[in-house]
Amino acid sequence: MNSNWPLWEVFVRAKNGLSHKHAGSVHAADARMAIEAARDVYTRRMEGVSLWVVPSTAIVASDPKETTDLFEPAADKVYRHPTFYTIPDGVKNI
Amino acid sequence: MYTTELKDKNQKSAGLSLADEDPEKLAAFEARVAADDFIEPKDWMPEAYRKTLVRQISQHAHSEIVGMLPEGNWITRAPNLRRKAILLAKVQDEGGHGLYLYAAAETLGTSREEMIEALHSGKAKYSTIFNYPTLTWADIGAIGWLVDGAAIMNQVPLQRTSYGPYARAMVRICKEESFHQRQGYEIMCVLAAGTPEQKRMAQDALDRWWWPSLMMFGPPDDKSPNTAQSVRWRIKRETNDELRQRFVDTTVPQAEAIGLRVPDAALKWNEARGAYDFGEIDWEEFYAVVRGEGPVAKDRNHARIRAWEDGAWVREAAAVHANKRAMRMAAE
Repeated sequence: MNSNWPLWEVFVRAKNGLSHKHAGSVHAADARMAIEAARDVYTRRMEGVSLWVVPSTAIVASDPKETTDLFEPAADKVYRHPTFYTIPDGVKNI
Repeated sequence: MYTTELKDKNQKSAGLSLADEDPEKLAAFEARVAADDFIEPKDWMPEAYRKTLVRQISQHAHSEIVGMLPEGNWITRAPNLRRKAILLAKVQDEGGHGLYLYAAAETLGTSREEMIEALHSGKAKYSTIFNYPTLTWADIGAIGWLVDGAAIMNQVPLQRTSYGPYARAMVRICKEESFHQRQGYEIMCVLAAGTPEQKRMAQDALDRWWWPSLMMFGPPDDKSPNTAQSVRWRIKRETNDELRQRFVDTTVPQAEAIGLRVPDAALKWNEARGAYDFGEIDWEEFYAVVRGEGPVAKDRNHARIRAWEDGAWVREAAAVHANKRAMRMAAE
C-alpha cells in the first residue's frame, strides 16, 4: 500500500470579504484530513475563517519560459492607466 | 459598466416571502449584514437575497457585455492610432468586467448558460443606456465621461456590498474603470477646444447623452420598491436619487470647465442645499426603454445573438481540440 499521501495546496480566507490566499501546502490521505491538517498548520493564530484545499496535481501553472510572451505585451500599453490622460487644471473628481 | 436594478417581466413582487425562512437563521443573517459583515457563497442566506443578487449581478454583467457594442461601433473609425488603441483597450476591459461579474453570479448557483439564454431571450435586462446609438466620434467621449462616470458613481459604494464575490469583483472593476472616464473626458476636452464644428459635435453628444445618463441611476426612490430591502441587506448602499444627485453635482462643473452647456434649463445651484437643482427626467422615455423600445434595442439583441451563433464553431473546435489532446496524452 502506498503511504505517500498526496499533496494539497492550502488557501486561507483571513476574513469574510477577502478572497482565499495561497498559504502553503500539506500532505494528507484525503480531502477531509487535508482540511484538518491545514487547520492545524496554517490557522493556529486566528489567521483565517475559511479554508480551501486543492489537490496540487489539479493546479496548472504557466511555464516560466513563457513569461515574456505572456506578460511583456502589457508593458507598452500605458494608456490602460488613468495617469496617461491630460485633464485641465482645476477639474475635480475625475 | 453599470446596472440599474430592473425587474424582469415575470417577477411579481419585490421577491420571495421571508415568512418561509427559518426565523432564527434569518435573524442571524440580518444581524451580520447590519454589522457590515460580508456574506460568502457557503454562508446561509435567504432565498430572496440570493434571487435579488443573481438578478442584479447578471444584469450588471449583461450591461458590460452589451456595453461593448456602442463603443465597438467606432473602433475602426477612431480618428487616429492613439485613440484606436485606447478604445480597443477600453472595450477589452468591458468584456473582462462582464466575465468577473458572470463568475460572481455563478457562485450563487446559476450557470453561465442560463444567464446568456436569459439575455438572448429578452428575459434579462441590462442598463437602458446601451439602447441609444453612437452617432458621432464625440459620442465615444460622452460615453467615457458620462456613462462611465455614472457607473463609477454607482460602483464605488458597491465595493462594500454585502456579498463577498460581488464586492471583490467591484474592487477590481473600479480600479480598471478609472482610465475609462478620463479618456472620455479627454476626447471631450480636445473637441471642445477644437474648431467650431468640433465643439458643436461635443455639445451635440452632451445634449443627447445627458438625460439618458441620469436615467442610468434607475427610477426615483419613491418608485423603486426594491430599494428599501436592498439597502437593508446592504446590497445597495445608497439610493438611486442620492447617487443621481451626486453625479449631477460632480459633472456640471466638469462641463463648465471645458465650455460645454448641460442641456437643462432648470439646472441651478441651490445654495441652501449645497447641491444643484435639476429638471424633471422624462420617465416615460425611461420606462419605454426598459420595456425594450430603446432606439437600437433590437440591433443590440440581434448583435449579441449573432455573436453567440457565429462563435459556435470556435466553441466546438476548442472542445474537439481538448478531446484530441486528452486522447494523445492518454496514449503516451
